[in-house]
Amino acid sequence: MNTTSRLFSSAVLAVFLALTSLTSAVAEPKLKSLRGSEIQGADTESADPFKSEKDRAPIERNYVQQPPLIPHKVETYTVTKNFNKCMDCHAWTRYKETGATKVSLTHFKTRDGQELSNISPRRYFCMQCHVPQADAKPLVGNRFQAAEGIGH
Amino acid sequence: MQALISRLKAIGSWAMARVNVIGPLALAGIFVAGIVFWGAFNTAMEWTNREAFCISCHEMQENVYQEYRNTVHYSNRSGVRATCPDCHVPKEWGPKIWRKIQASNEVLHKVLGSIDTPEKFNAKRLTLAQHEWDRMKSTNSRECRNCHNFEYFDYGVQGSRSARMHQTGLNEGKTCIDCHKGIAHSLPEVNQSIGAANAEGATPEQFHPPQPAKPEAPPAAR
Repeated sequence: MNTTSRLFSSAVLAVFLALTSLTSAVAEPKLKSLRGSEIQGADTESADPFKSEKDRAPIERNYVQQPPLIPHKVETYTVTKNFNKCMDCHAWTRYKETGATKVSLTHFKTRDGQELSNISPRRYFCMQCHVPQADAKPLVGNRFQAAEGIGH
Repeated sequence: MQALISRLKAIGSWAMARVNVIGPLALAGIFVAGIVFWGAFNTAMEWTNREAFCISCHEMQENVYQEYRNTVHYSNRSGVRATCPDCHVPKEWGPKIWRKIQASNEVLHKVLGSIDTPEKFNAKRLTLAQHEWDRMKSTNSRECRNCHNFEYFDYGVQGSRSARMHQTGLNEGKTCIDCHKGIAHSLPEVNQSIGAANAEGATPEQFHPPQPAKPEAPPAAR
């Protein structure tokens, strides 16, 4: 009797061990940083901690030659080799239908001084100069004041 | 003689009784077999209507699935997800069967290896996208409207841009795909007349199909 119960318990233990080793083999290896702390999977996490601001009217400029700011969300708006999402609304052929501000005529000149009928390829990446806005407080205080008489 | 006739009568009535039993039994058997067959058929068809099935071939897994993972239909604040068949397979029975029959062509090209590398896929991207744009256009974006309905929009909570454009689009009789191209997968080349880039891409007429002019409303009687 004693031997059977011992056999039974050892069999249960063996099955349990086999199962745990199986599950640990199946579980995916977790990402770890160089210092060993775990990294949260970015499967559905937004990489940007700042919430972009809602659509609003064009934002007044603060200084001469300032590239106008983007007064709307640009999440998921991509500018790739195949397609420029900005120009799908802001191009001169599109702005009437979409109600967007048309791009400046100053952007039509190529680096060789030739005037095109649309933006020059050197102006392709809009968000190098025009940036969307987020509700982020300045990290360092400053005494910046907007230049007078530049607003719309 | 009398006995023989009565014997025959008895056999006749026995046979009639048998027929009366066998007929309904056979009918019931066919009925049950039909249910089982239909259930199995439907289960098999639904088995092919899962994302896991769609991306089990690397044509889908390495191209369109990776692009879709960056879009709002995959990841969003409320956790509602539209998977492949939600947009690409009609819900209604007839159109669904028709789409599944058409999919045999896709099986053929899987075997031929027509789009089995990202390079091959990108070379065909405009053609493939145009097929899907045409399909959506011809059904008034039926699969979009399984979840999104023009009539149920609350413009008050939409962004100012979307509220304006949606109302304009609705009045002009546009359908979702007329504007919402490339929302779940990368766009093919689109000719936007910026330098010489994408001169071979989708034309403005393909990308923003012009809306046919509405017939003039008859003047109201006075």
